[in-house]
Amino acid sequence: MENLIALLIAAPLLGAVVLLCGGRRLDAVGHWIGTALAATSFVIGIVLFADMLGKNAEHRAISQYLFSWIPVGSFQADVSFQLDQLSMTFVLLITGVGSLIHLYSVGYMEHDERRRRFFGYLNLFLAAMLLLVLADNYLLLYVGWEGVGLASYLLIGFWQHKPSAATAAKKAFLVNRVGDMGLSIAIMVMFTTFGTFAFGPVFDSVGKTGEGKLTAIGLLLLLAACGKSAQVPLQSWLGDAMEGPTPVSALIHAATMVTAGVYLIVRSGAIFNAAPDAQLVVTVVGAVTLLFGAIVGCAKDDIKKALAGSTMSQIGYMVLAAGLGPIGYVFAIMHLVTHGFFKAGLFLGAGSVMHGMNDEVDMRKYGGLRTYMPVTFVTFGLGYLAIIGFPGLSGFFSKDKIIEAAFAKGGTEGWILGGAALLGAAITAFYMTRVMIMTFFGEKRWQPDTEGHEPHPHESPRSMTIPMIVLAFGSVFAGGLFSIGDSFVHWLEPVTGHSEGNSPVSALTVTLATMVLLVVGAGIAYAQYGRRPVPVVAPRGSLLTRAARRDLLQDDFNHVVLVRGGEHLTRSLVYVDHTLVDGVVNGTAASMGGLSGRLRKLQNGYARSYAVSMFGGAAILIAATLLMRAV
Amino acid sequence: MSFPLLTATAALPALGAIATAAVPAAQRVAAKWLALLVSLGTLVLAAVTLVRFDPDGDRYQLTESHAWIKEFGVRYELGVDGIAVALIALTALLIPFVILAGWHDADPHETGSRRWRPTQGFFALILAVEAMVIISFEATDVFLFYIFFEAMLIPMYFLIGGFGDKAHEHGDEVAATQRTYAAVKFLLYNLVGGLIMLAAVIGLYVVAGNFSLQEIVEARANGSLHMATNTERWLFLGFFFAFAVKAPLWPLHTWLPNAMGEATAPVAVLITAVVDKVGTFAMLRFCLQLFPEASKWATPVILVLALISIIYGALLAVGQRDIKRLVAYASISHFGFIILGIFAMTSQGQSGATLYMVNHGISTAALMLVAGFLISRRGSRLIADYGGVQKVAPVLAGTFLIGGLATLSLPGLAPFVSEFLVLVGTFTRYPAVGIIATLGIVLAALYTLVLYQRTMTGPVKAEVAEMPDLRVRELLVVAPLIALLIFLGVYPKPVTDIVNPAVQQTMSDVHQKDPKPEVEAAK
Amino acid sequence: MNPVNYLYLAALLFTIGATGVLIRRNAIVVFMCIELMLNACNLAFVAFSRMHGNLDGQIIAFFTMVVAAAEVVVGLAIIVSLFRSRHSASVDDASLMKL
Repeated sequence: MENLIALLIAAPLLGAVVLLCGGRRLDAVGHWIGTALAATSFVIGIVLFADMLGKNAEHRAISQYLFSWIPVGSFQADVSFQLDQLSMTFVLLITGVGSLIHLYSVGYMEHDERRRRFFGYLNLFLAAMLLLVLADNYLLLYVGWEGVGLASYLLIGFWQHKPSAATAAKKAFLVNRVGDMGLSIAIMVMFTTFGTFAFGPVFDSVGKTGEGKLTAIGLLLLLAACGKSAQVPLQSWLGDAMEGPTPVSALIHAATMVTAGVYLIVRSGAIFNAAPDAQLVVTVVGAVTLLFGAIVGCAKDDIKKALAGSTMSQIGYMVLAAGLGPIGYVFAIMHLVTHGFFKAGLFLGAGSVMHGMNDEVDMRKYGGLRTYMPVTFVTFGLGYLAIIGFPGLSGFFSKDKIIEAAFAKGGTEGWILGGAALLGAAITAFYMTRVMIMTFFGEKRWQPDTEGHEPHPHESPRSMTIPMIVLAFGSVFAGGLFSIGDSFVHWLEPVTGHSEGNSPVSALTVTLATMVLLVVGAGIAYAQYGRRPVPVVAPRGSLLTRAARRDLLQDDFNHVVLVRGGEHLTRSLVYVDHTLVDGVVNGTAASMGGLSGRLRKLQNGYARSYAVSMFGGAAILIAATLLMRAV
Repeated sequence: MSFPLLTATAALPALGAIATAAVPAAQRVAAKWLALLVSLGTLVLAAVTLVRFDPDGDRYQLTESHAWIKEFGVRYELGVDGIAVALIALTALLIPFVILAGWHDADPHETGSRRWRPTQGFFALILAVEAMVIISFEATDVFLFYIFFEAMLIPMYFLIGGFGDKAHEHGDEVAATQRTYAAVKFLLYNLVGGLIMLAAVIGLYVVAGNFSLQEIVEARANGSLHMATNTERWLFLGFFFAFAVKAPLWPLHTWLPNAMGEATAPVAVLITAVVDKVGTFAMLRFCLQLFPEASKWATPVILVLALISIIYGALLAVGQRDIKRLVAYASISHFGFIILGIFAMTSQGQSGATLYMVNHGISTAALMLVAGFLISRRGSRLIADYGGVQKVAPVLAGTFLIGGLATLSLPGLAPFVSEFLVLVGTFTRYPAVGIIATLGIVLAALYTLVLYQRTMTGPVKAEVAEMPDLRVRELLVVAPLIALLIFLGVYPKPVTDIVNPAVQQTMSDVHQKDPKPEVEAAK
Repeated sequence: MNPVNYLYLAALLFTIGATGVLIRRNAIVVFMCIELMLNACNLAFVAFSRMHGNLDGQIIAFFTMVVAAAEVVVGLAIIVSLFRSRHSASVDDASLMKL
């Protein structure tokens, strides 16, 4: 069984190599090769999963050693994999949702001449993401970590002829690199502290070092997680990343890659458990981001950017839960999985809408689409109900648990974090209802574009609707399935550990409060967008709305401080290099030239002046000799 | 006496250079093929050396030793350790690609007089450089090393000054002036460094009485040769200055952007990927081994200079408008990493630095040669003159991107392994330096991706709309390099196995041990 | 008589010769001053020879005379040919050898 682990990664990797190096010959079948290999990986995942279920909880983790990667003295990095319950969860999510989105892309990218390459990149992403979750040491995880970053870069910038896409891709990579810095320094600290960076040995020896080191490692890992999972302060790239094709947004920027940060924190649970300060920072980052993303999501008129804000916010929930320690790990992952279903479904729905609307993304130009695209409407609607936490659907189970866990942290922090999570739930209800109403209800608001083409909304082809239906099933039932008899808790407990906290408020109170806030949020949205017509041109809006449209001015801050500052710095350095550093040398050369020009004048051609210098020299020599003798 | 393999490896390209230069003017295609064959032959010899080298055997292997100038105790002494073997292999590997990439770079503009033979000269000079670089890596006699360390300036001078890009934005006259300036600057910088080193070489002879690296190191180790602290420091500085110019280290770097900017892409590769490596190699072999105490004494200053090189080079690369100058500044940043790794004095740092030399050679060659193909198509080195190339030449853009990703040390590609080793090795001894150096990886992403975005993406510019994609010859140059980048990124063990023992030796020469981890981790 | 007096005379002659070389422009006079300096040296040599009681100085004096004679031959020839081409025997007129 162990030997199958490498095959999980090898299948999509093979796809990437074949599709990217295969040339035009494969244009006709490339997308099916890509989809088939993704599905192969999924099937292998299922086989491994079945095998795992057949074992006792303690013996489920298996590992595979491939070869020694970088051996230098005590620095030993191996290419070896570990598959435990946590990795298994991710493998199924990645390959399952991944395969569905491959299938969806077959239809969505049908008219793109570079479709083969698109599938190559998608396969590359799958391979890297699987490597990330299967690695058994931090350095190999880092390879997957940057690998998904590369795939994300390539896919965001897939339509490279659009300058905005190219810029967004570059921005995503750069912001992620800042986070990667955190991960690489964390690995270095681990190596100097423990002499290793493999999961097992590091986690086992956590107790032998001081809390300061662990806090440092924890914060550095958090920095990495912030970059990859678009958490404040490194969240600015996610909104722009929506420049990529919609399947990419669904797979990478909603369901899988952006949750890698949560994986990292949960995986490093042993370190965080021993570093409460780092945990506190994690929860704060999560709480701030969940509100930040939600507020941004409220103000966006671009359907994908509204969903991106929502993604940011939902990952904030997960990070918050992961920061709570053993009371939250399981629920972080549970929310991650349910979110994977409903958010991927929502994005695919958005893609389906755009597909029918000539790639229009402005929700103010939608309206009343429910009659034109019923399947999309129903699946999107189910995803909507799931994300706002409608009782009985997936989001209800996972989000509710996180809010409870936040309160269970206890003390003032517990109240603040729980309050933030509750408030977030209300805002979520508001912005998602807004998206729903603006898109599918009300009057139709679309107009002919500048060339006179009026969109003809229509339902998408079967290859696109099937994945949406499957994901809708997941959105509805996954949460309930996981909660029956706490099955998900028992599944993950051997890896992450689990403890029930002492909540100052009862679970029922939390649920009721959530319900009330949900109704309030949705009600406000209905009052604002459902009961009166939505203006096609966005009103100016309050100060907060305008700031939220600009991602709460984060980009402006970056632009002024980092971009402008950086430009000035590099420009002045170029000047310094040219004038000062080079100038010193050129100056030396010039002064040498000047000196020799002056010395040249001594050579005047008059024999008598030569004679003078000769006599002078002889006199000096004699004087010197006499002096030496005298001394 | 066994077959003198090391001499043969250096002599073959030297003889090849003479033969190539002697090819009649009309037969310039034959000259190209001759040069290519000779370089491939050298590659075979280098491969044999690599195979015959036993990583677990003696420190210096395949040694040859003959008296040369008896009066001064100068010997013709060759021998390779793991580090030298790896670099010889790199040199021998890159030269065929350089020749193949520069296939048409030296075609005469018009068939002038019958004695005008630029093509023969170009390829002969490349082979001459190869011969001298290889023998520099092999020499274990300080004087012998010095001679070839300096002599390689001469063919390099003619390569930089004599052959430039055909198209130049300001016309041929200006191009010629700038080329001459760059060549003279290259020569002067390196000559000054070399002269100071000559003084140190003579000083070493005065102190030690001979030039043999092994004998001096041995004598110092067993106490029969005592060197006063100040003497050792001055001699160290003399050697280090020359190597720091060649490497180049901030603030002695300004010749590199000029030289790489004005030279043709293959010659630029020759400068940064091959010739400059002699500088960093010599730091490891001569500075650390001959003057261990002085090396430790100078470490703080050198680390700071290396750190400045890393950050400064990267920032300047961001600010460049010229593709080749950008790559040059990126190289300065990378050389900072190499020097950082050498002077971190840990086995990870030094193995990483050696690996870095190899990987940087390959990655820069890939990036620079593709950049050269790009420039030869459009006839401009300015980034602003390009845009949307990926639409018209996807393979060119793809290979350019991979070269760029290697430059920014993407995991999975070879440079990542070496860069991470250098960073870890530095961090274990000097945490603050390690952290600041890590900033370099963000800046590397910045300049690489900005370059790619401005040249390759966006709307297609009218001037590049007709640009042909990579030709077979060009693909033949780039594809093996990329394959090697991926292979060494996934499986660098063959190289580290060769390099590690040599690094351990060097570490024991400078009496340094790796810092122990804070806690002994559970197994 | 004390041989040191000869040395004083030699020094005086040498100084006169040197001054002449430096301040006179006429090549013939300069030439004669050089001869004067050479003879001052000869005088010193012979005086030393006498003082130390060996013949080395006298032998050197003979050598100097031979060299001086050869010099006169070559030097006068140069001066004459210079005068022929430039119609002047001033040493300052022949200042072509400069950068």
